[in-house]
Amino acid sequence: MNLLWLQSGGCGGCTLSWLGSEHGPLFRVLADEGVELLWHPSLSEACVDEAKALIEQCADGRTAVDVLCIEGALLRGPRGTGGFHRFGGAQPMIDWVRQIAARARHVVAIGSCSAWGGITAAGMNPTDACGLQYDGEAAGGLLGPEFRDPTGLPVINVAGCPPHPDWITETLAALAHDGLRPEHLDDYGRPRFFADQLVHHGCPRNEYYEFKASAFKHSDQGCLMEHMGCKGTQAHADCNQRLWNGEGSCLRGGYACIRCTDPGFEEPGHAFETTPKVAGIPLGLPADMPKAWFIALAALSKSATPARVRENATADHQLRAPSVKRGKK
Amino acid sequence: MSTRRIVGPFNRVEGDLEITLDIADGRVAAAYVNSPLYRGFEQILQGKVPADALVLVPRICGICSVAQSAASALALADAAGITPPPNGRLAANLTLAAENLADHLTHFYLFFMPDFARADYADRPWHAATVERFKATVGSAPNQVLPARARFMQMMGLLAGKWPHTLAVQPGGSTRPLQSSEIFRLHRRVREFRSFLEATTFGAKLEDVAAIASRSELDAWRALPGGGDLRGFLDIAADLGLWQLGRGTDRYLSYGCYQEQDRRLFPAGLWHNGPLALDIASIDEDISHAWYAATGRAQHPADGSTLPVAEKEGAYSWCKAPRVAGQVVETGALARQVVAGHALARDMVAAGGGSVAARVVARLLELALVLPAMERWLTELAPGDPWCITAQLADETSGVGLIEAARGSLGHWLTVRRGRIHNYQIIAPTTWNFSPRDVAGQPGALEQALAGLPASATEPLPAAIHHVVRSFDPCMVCTVH
Repeated sequence: MNLLWLQSGGCGGCTLSWLGSEHGPLFRVLADEGVELLWHPSLSEACVDEAKALIEQCADGRTAVDVLCIEGALLRGPRGTGGFHRFGGAQPMIDWVRQIAARARHVVAIGSCSAWGGITAAGMNPTDACGLQYDGEAAGGLLGPEFRDPTGLPVINVAGCPPHPDWITETLAALAHDGLRPEHLDDYGRPRFFADQLVHHGCPRNEYYEFKASAFKHSDQGCLMEHMGCKGTQAHADCNQRLWNGEGSCLRGGYACIRCTDPGFEEPGHAFETTPKVAGIPLGLPADMPKAWFIALAALSKSATPARVRENATADHQLRAPSVKRGKK
Repeated sequence: MSTRRIVGPFNRVEGDLEITLDIADGRVAAAYVNSPLYRGFEQILQGKVPADALVLVPRICGICSVAQSAASALALADAAGITPPPNGRLAANLTLAAENLADHLTHFYLFFMPDFARADYADRPWHAATVERFKATVGSAPNQVLPARARFMQMMGLLAGKWPHTLAVQPGGSTRPLQSSEIFRLHRRVREFRSFLEATTFGAKLEDVAAIASRSELDAWRALPGGGDLRGFLDIAADLGLWQLGRGTDRYLSYGCYQEQDRRLFPAGLWHNGPLALDIASIDEDISHAWYAATGRAQHPADGSTLPVAEKEGAYSWCKAPRVAGQVVETGALARQVVAGHALARDMVAAGGGSVAARVVARLLELALVLPAMERWLTELAPGDPWCITAQLADETSGVGLIEAARGSLGHWLTVRRGRIHNYQIIAPTTWNFSPRDVAGQPGALEQALAGLPASATEPLPAAIHHVVRSFDPCMVCTVH
């Protein structure tokens, strides 16, 4: 299975995240899974005329592309011309992407920019950025809601800002083994192997969450949901089960989950690191949790918070260790 | 009579790059560097809550992500009038150093060296060994280096939650307090990376590499046994004349980086045949040859504007043209070490000016210089002492954040009005190095370095042009942002 990777309105961070893969030499892992890199802008030898000729062959069908990976948003501006990103001369990148996507066996959006528009579509969206098959939460994007590859799959959205290296490699391996079917994707076209989890699952601040013992400022150890903007209880990803760069995750790093795998995360409607509330109740409640129960349980658990948990929550190191009981089995 | 040729897409640079060459008499008569991608971060940032910049700006660049965070945190700290506690300062140093060193490693092994494995060099005595070692994706080096790099980047999991795109770097310090066990694990990662560099990259102790004080000492060191990829590169550089290739302006800028108690490990400054005073107020961005609405004159970034236009007479890039007191400067590891006063760096540019070889050697030299500093910073961390203080920003304020990314000088200029970002201007390292011409017609640093190189209108692009372009380690996504 060959793979053509192109970049447009993004930061290249998805590729850099991918290079942090921890399963040994990435290039050998890909070869072992049956993935052959046709061309990648950061990694391949072929350059200028040689690279341009190769991409032209992919666009006109002389070279069959099994997987087209797009990293970065698709820039439609200014005024629909695509002129904010021209590639290989005068042709807008969005035209290259349309041509190659129409012929490729599979199309994969690498990262939230190419899935939904992402950060590049934030604010006034100066470049009229969108994703391959979504424009924020709305189906559409560059290729349109009806797009399906020859095997019946929509664009596969390996979302995230950036995606975890394994999300990318595991998706490619599944495609190489003909193991990815429509039922393996969620409502937003994300592989369910990572999107059917919540970032909350496996969060080491779990005890603080249970007792609503909350952080009030950066470097506090408490739960980040109540005041610090954390959306881990709503965000679809397995970040606290499949850790980042060894033993990391955003929450382990001491800062909020900003829901970066979901469409529209770039414009949350409030400051990223502040939890919006009405009458003291956070607006974004944990996924699938009835509001009345959340309020009741929060009140109950706050009143039951052990002093150890309460005091440690607002400190940057452990003030009280769990007590040791002697003589009891 | 010259022939015009457009070459692109350049790859193994971060982001998009095209170069237009005017070729006459078998040489580059003029080069025009085009950054063909515009995203508009400076427009996106307008109107945002100032703290939201810390979510947005790292996403300018996936390879200089922490450097962007650090510049923004410094600008916000400046606007708030605060200084992080020592633990916060040390954590910021460690996080930035981890990114900068990983970037130097990535550049050498994945972006730069594969060009010597090209078939262009099949007749050279070192070619077969270079193909085995450095050929893109299949060579032994990339497959050895990626796992070593991933192990080293486990520091980011501990220091910053993840890389790229962390929120751990804050104006008041770090969100991630570290306890003794975590500091121990960081220490193991640093020591493991030291072993890798000493065995694989240098074939020597880091301190012995850092102590090389001149070109002649470097040549003597090259002849010593020990192996390592730097010696391999020096052999190639001598054979191909890379010490004479790609001279730029020889005017070097560094904002300095890695805050120690009372100074920066590498100090700020400007250098042109000797030290010059660096006046930040003398920095202007010229847009005469960039696709932005003209304001009549070059602007200091604190008053800068970013208004893209689809068509403009004479424009050929989305990159603006920053200048210091009207002069073109070069920035990067070589500039940083020349300004900081490293004897080898100063001797390399004194002998023949900036060159492909000098830029590459300076980057590897920094691996040897900074890793021991990381070891020291880890011992200075004090668990139990504060890691972060809270920044309270006035509704009307402004701030500047100047830092050194792997690729050179990065500046953020922030103005806050009514509690919102009124203006946010960024000048990134490659904005300096790959700038287009200014209103006086002065070409940018790369444009100068390419002029005069052998080239043909019809033959494949000579490898030398690839070497010169990549010797700057360009980051095009930062360049325009």
